[in-house]
Amino acid sequence: MRIHIQNGRIIDPSQGLNTIGDILIEDGKIKEVRETIPPHTPLGKRGRRGGNSPDTRIIDARDMIVIPGLVDMHVHLREPGFEHKETIKTGTMAAVKGGFTTVCCMPNTFPVNDNASVTEFIKRKASQEGYCTVLPIGAITKGQKGEELAEIGTMRKEGCVAFSDDGQPVMNSLIMRRALEYSKAFNVPVISHSEDLSLSEGGVMNEGLLSVTLGLRGSPAEAEQIMIFRDIVLAELTGGKLHIAHVSTKGSVDVIRNAKKRGVHVTAETCPHYFSITEDAVKGYDTNAKVNPPLRTAQDVEAIKDGLRDGTIDVIATDHAPHHRDEKLREFDTAPSGISGLETAFSLSMRLVGSHILTFSQLIEKMALNPARILQIDKGTLGVGSDADVVIIDEKKEYTVESHKFISKGKNTPFNGWGLRGMPVITIYKGKVYEW
Amino acid sequence: MLNNKDLLGIKELSVQEINLILDTAAGFKDVLGRDIKKVPALRGKTTVNLFFEPSTRTRTSFELAAKRLSTDVINFSVPTSSVVKGESLIDTALTVQALGADFIIIRHASSGVPHLLAKNLNASVINAGDGTNEHPTQALLDAFTIQEKKRKIAGLEIAIVGDIMHSRVAKSNIYCLTALGARVRLIGPPTLIPENLKAMGVSVFHNMEDGVKGVDVLIMLRIQMERQGKGFFPSTDEYSKNWGLTPERLCLAKEDVIVMHPGPMNRGIEIVSEIADGPKSVILEQVTNGIAVRMSVMYLLSGVKR
Repeated sequence: MRIHIQNGRIIDPSQGLNTIGDILIEDGKIKEVRETIPPHTPLGKRGRRGGNSPDTRIIDARDMIVIPGLVDMHVHLREPGFEHKETIKTGTMAAVKGGFTTVCCMPNTFPVNDNASVTEFIKRKASQEGYCTVLPIGAITKGQKGEELAEIGTMRKEGCVAFSDDGQPVMNSLIMRRALEYSKAFNVPVISHSEDLSLSEGGVMNEGLLSVTLGLRGSPAEAEQIMIFRDIVLAELTGGKLHIAHVSTKGSVDVIRNAKKRGVHVTAETCPHYFSITEDAVKGYDTNAKVNPPLRTAQDVEAIKDGLRDGTIDVIATDHAPHHRDEKLREFDTAPSGISGLETAFSLSMRLVGSHILTFSQLIEKMALNPARILQIDKGTLGVGSDADVVIIDEKKEYTVESHKFISKGKNTPFNGWGLRGMPVITIYKGKVYEW
Repeated sequence: MLNNKDLLGIKELSVQEINLILDTAAGFKDVLGRDIKKVPALRGKTTVNLFFEPSTRTRTSFELAAKRLSTDVINFSVPTSSVVKGESLIDTALTVQALGADFIIIRHASSGVPHLLAKNLNASVINAGDGTNEHPTQALLDAFTIQEKKRKIAGLEIAIVGDIMHSRVAKSNIYCLTALGARVRLIGPPTLIPENLKAMGVSVFHNMEDGVKGVDVLIMLRIQMERQGKGFFPSTDEYSKNWGLTPERLCLAKEDVIVMHPGPMNRGIEIVSEIADGPKSVILEQVTNGIAVRMSVMYLLSGVKR
């Protein structure tokens, strides 16, 4: 089976490509990327030539943008244990809809992915029911309790690409030091959910005048910054590979920028909600705007954009955190944190191109190439021979976000009703075509 | 006329609405002074007190207000309810509405719960205190009491003393009294007065003597014992020495100062008994006025066009 994508604008930062051209896919791999690829004219059974082969699918990508499949290094697929929120099947389907062909799932399932048997379960389930590549992230500590290291080496062999206690910080500095040291043996990044729990003390939104006027407990920006700083100095001490998850504050961007200038091996991600909306979304006690770290101020949003622009922030990830409707329809204090992000991430991020914060090519770096490089996986590229993970974007297509139409089981989004522009219209995963 | 079917907070009210509630309350206060203290205004309506936090005075005050207006009143107390069986808040509220409630008086430890119910119910939701957000009827009865005693609110120097950060009464009072033109001061330890509150147009004093100087009204807040040991202040004894209301400190206020307290009081901690029971205290009048103000709120909400 061949697929011939014609006349699209191919943008692939891994090869420095930004050109109108064709892509030929064969047997699930990228076969050729060129300005024009002649119609495929194989020698027929009887040796005749001419015309398109019936087993070649032609996709006309005129006026469309053709990019490598996006890589989301931060999602919650909820399986095993919380299948009412999401499953590997529904989560990966939502991913493909959103233009992602690789997703990395966080270990805060039930049971926690802190041992190779859970990793094996996720991998097997994903290969049976998944619509895209699922790469698990293992827990740093057993049960994500922050006390004892989990079997990082064994989980690495089973397929974990990074380690994180996401949702929970590793509060004990010695354990975090050990994790950064020990992980060096397996050359994997440690992903930090940076939050000083003693300072955030049950905060449910950003601390400031708004938290006071709403009577909601605030978590100060400093609770994030302190932990990022701690983990950066521990990375300096140990030489381990540190990746900072979901950066949300101006101070955090400053701390990371500074560390990168010093040459510390640190990378960082943010999520669309941290550069698209502010804490104002919480007004009216909208639990769909409850997320951890919390939505911050306009000043923070600007700083996140600056960080994306100057390369301080390497990656845009979704932190896709689906929840059941009933769980969000309750007291703000006790509703779970999280936004279902896979199906809005690309369009929200495209706004950065519209406002000249990133070029289109830089956007693809942050959403495909950089996460692939950080995780050292052969994804996020249209290079010949790599998996045929290709997404076709209609950058002019306008639509309104309707959360009830999400493929994800999680309809929890503060972006419901937003008018957005630019969306994936075709996602090809290892040569299989999904079209909307 | 009030604009919304619910009373969620003072934040949500206009100055005109606040004044309308206070003016209407004056009429109901007359009723309460009569021999027959009941009016048939809301006969046939049903009020449900839905209290998820312990409360005696507020619940009783609402119950009396509802009864004086001739509504039927049901007290839904949480420990005996299906909530302990794991029923969600929304299901509990929908059940109460299905039983025919026209008014749902809600108190809850989480801020925003009245807003959640108001969005999902047709009944009028009245906030009787939500988390550390607001306690609007307390602020209205305080404003009513001040107006009654001082004949005005605009231009008065009013100090609120104590745990501002965790006090829904303080929040509602700040919104209400500043909206009505008073100059509001907050007095207490820095740990209990968030710095960014200044943006609300109030002044902040950490020294009790400085703060009390020249005030017309003192509103003392209850110091919650559980704050001790959480790092907000070292001990109630030290709190009392620095921010407790004593006769010496009261002398610094204006001659005709009035002293208020939403109750329940910790005598000897935030206020000494001589003052609580003394001539400048209007604490018990606040309680009486509470019924009139709550009658006014319910009466006006019943007239809101849906």
